[in-house]
Amino acid sequence: MADAGMLRFHVPEPEVRPGGTPDFSNVPIPKAGSVPRPDIDVDPRSIRDHAFSIIRVLNRTGEAVGPWAGLLSSDELLTGLRHMMTLRTFDARMQMAQRQGKTSFYMQHLGEEAVACAFRKALAPGDMNFPTYRQAGLLIADGYPMVTMMNQIYSNEADPLKGRQLPVMYSSKEHGFFSISGNLATQYIQAVGWAMASAISNDSRIAAAWIGDGSTAESDFHSALVFASTYKAPVVLNVVNNQWAISTFQGIARGGSGTFAARGLGFGIPSLRVDGNDYLAVHAVAKWAAERARSNLGPTLVEYVTYRAGAHSSSDDPSAYRPKTESDAWPLGDPIVRLKNHLITLGVWSDERHAQAEAEILDTVIAAQKEAESHGTLHAGGKPSTRDMFEGLYAEMPPHLRRQRQQAGV
Amino acid sequence: MPRRTMIEAIRDAMDVSMGRDEKVVVFGEDVGFFGGVFRCTQGLQAKYGKSRCFDAPINESGIVGSAIGMAAYGLKPCVEIQFADYMYPAYDQLTQEAARLRYRSNGDFTCPIVVRMPTGGGIFGGQTHSQSPEALFTHVSGLKTVVPSNPHDAKGLLIAAIEDPDPVIFLEPKRLYNGPFDGHHDRPVTPWSKHELGEVADGHYTVPLGKAAISRAGSALTVLAYGTMVYVAQAAVEETGIDAEIIDLRTLLPLDLDTIVASVKKTGRCVIVHEATLTSGFGAELSALVQENCFYHLEAPVARVAGWDTPYPHAQEWDYFPGPARVGRALLETMGA
Repeated sequence: MADAGMLRFHVPEPEVRPGGTPDFSNVPIPKAGSVPRPDIDVDPRSIRDHAFSIIRVLNRTGEAVGPWAGLLSSDELLTGLRHMMTLRTFDARMQMAQRQGKTSFYMQHLGEEAVACAFRKALAPGDMNFPTYRQAGLLIADGYPMVTMMNQIYSNEADPLKGRQLPVMYSSKEHGFFSISGNLATQYIQAVGWAMASAISNDSRIAAAWIGDGSTAESDFHSALVFASTYKAPVVLNVVNNQWAISTFQGIARGGSGTFAARGLGFGIPSLRVDGNDYLAVHAVAKWAAERARSNLGPTLVEYVTYRAGAHSSSDDPSAYRPKTESDAWPLGDPIVRLKNHLITLGVWSDERHAQAEAEILDTVIAAQKEAESHGTLHAGGKPSTRDMFEGLYAEMPPHLRRQRQQAGV
Repeated sequence: MPRRTMIEAIRDAMDVSMGRDEKVVVFGEDVGFFGGVFRCTQGLQAKYGKSRCFDAPINESGIVGSAIGMAAYGLKPCVEIQFADYMYPAYDQLTQEAARLRYRSNGDFTCPIVVRMPTGGGIFGGQTHSQSPEALFTHVSGLKTVVPSNPHDAKGLLIAAIEDPDPVIFLEPKRLYNGPFDGHHDRPVTPWSKHELGEVADGHYTVPLGKAAISRAGSALTVLAYGTMVYVAQAAVEETGIDAEIIDLRTLLPLDLDTIVASVKKTGRCVIVHEATLTSGFGAELSALVQENCFYHLEAPVARVAGWDTPYPHAQEWDYFPGPARVGRALLETMGA
């Protein structure tokens, strides 16, 4: 073989950096309604194309079209719109509270509201989500009290987690929301284990695993796919591809070709891509995957194609690594605007009613915030006790911790 | 009373636990059909079915991570890592997840899992079949760490661990699987069937976690040991003729400090023995605790005999393994100091 010359090291780069003009022309966006809806017991090999396309329901003029449309009533869609608007308002208020020093940290969902809000509505009571830190829509859509979320964010005296956890690391077994951990991807395999347990117990409940595009590079992503595939666990494996992992564009996790959904194909797991900013499409695909799991047909991998419109967290400034206007150029638009337009097209909504709803939601969130702040914020007012720091580590406090608690004077 | 090897005792503990509680599930690499590379799960799949005892992919993080998810669901997984040397891929799941789940969720979710792993050297296992990583667990808030030294304790401690509501790391000294070992590798090994500690009752019983055992009463000196080192210490005591009190810690965390302190206050001297490497090993914690709690009773510096601060070698097995000669020298020095 001829001498190929020196090797060259390859490091993927995003198309555009700060100062450049955002360009998503290289992102193929299939027409709404163009991707078929297979039966849930489909042979995974026959739907390989679904891992490379994008399932979409809402078209440019706001109509619901194609085989994935028609699952939700107008009332259900209005409720979904309200959930997304609530989450966005909640985010804005908590982001502001962080800037005001009322808490140390916050993470917004801006632009990704449809994913968790619509997914939650595809689950049944008793199902368990294993979320990341960017799925608070699961709680909002399940009616978890906003005041309690805020108490956690403020680490105040009413914080259900007693001030032990960083803000947004919620936990609610009752609402099918597994305790969030700072360690990326760990919950992905735990979700598979939970689903295995449900199958072992001949239960009818299913699990949903959540991960971002960047964290798919963690080894627990692989662990989860292996175990889910091996044991045909009743789990929906969700990948939220918002294009960014802090400053790192998704090509660093994914490489230069293929999709995140395509990763599932090598494990024999049916894998679909869906428009993550299309409430109806997210719900329809989630329902399909949930029905598969509940029918003992095994796992499904779903990649939600969306865009992280906000900063990674309150500690992040995206203008240092991507164009400021990039989210405006995102071809799948804004999930709230798109559902709003659809509801207007249906004749059940209007700009006036939308503005009115925005005002009502803001009032509700502000009222919740006032109530939460009456229990304290991070640096002022009521706070968890020092005793709470020592308790709850073990079912029964071991002697060495009792001694340390005494030393701490509590 | 029937005599059992440590392998049979451990298997019996899982059998009893699975029989009593259908929430107990057992899995790991080669654990199902084959019954484990050390035979610890032999027959369990045939008896309880594939839903209760099954083979896992070769993925330690997957084994522990899925067990955590099962525990969150409400099962009681007792999983196996084939060698303690191979627990590192699961370390993230053990330390950041299993150990903290109850705390971070304020009891909303708990993690009643047991992670069994064969540990320790003395078997020509080389670098990755001989390690004693207990200090990497005792340093983690939220875990319990257990090391049995005989079949009776192994069964009782394992049943207690399975019934415990918190995550337990259960380190099984594989050198003791078939019989006690005092470090005299040039002498024939006695099987458990010839040893009174091989007497293991049928059915259900527990040995409480967090309680040490005095394996030899004495007045001249206190030896703190666990696992294989209990027998090495016994040999060293016999060979030096020192009337030492040997404490088998059994549980490293939570530690039975009361038993340790009472003994050292009585003897005034303390030698700590473990196979694991010296620096930042569990012996350092024991030494500090003895010093803090028994300072005015100590008549000599607290001594530590441990594995050297090197990876576990192959050819130099018996130069590395802290045998009775090395332990004996430490006993004599501590008595003479």
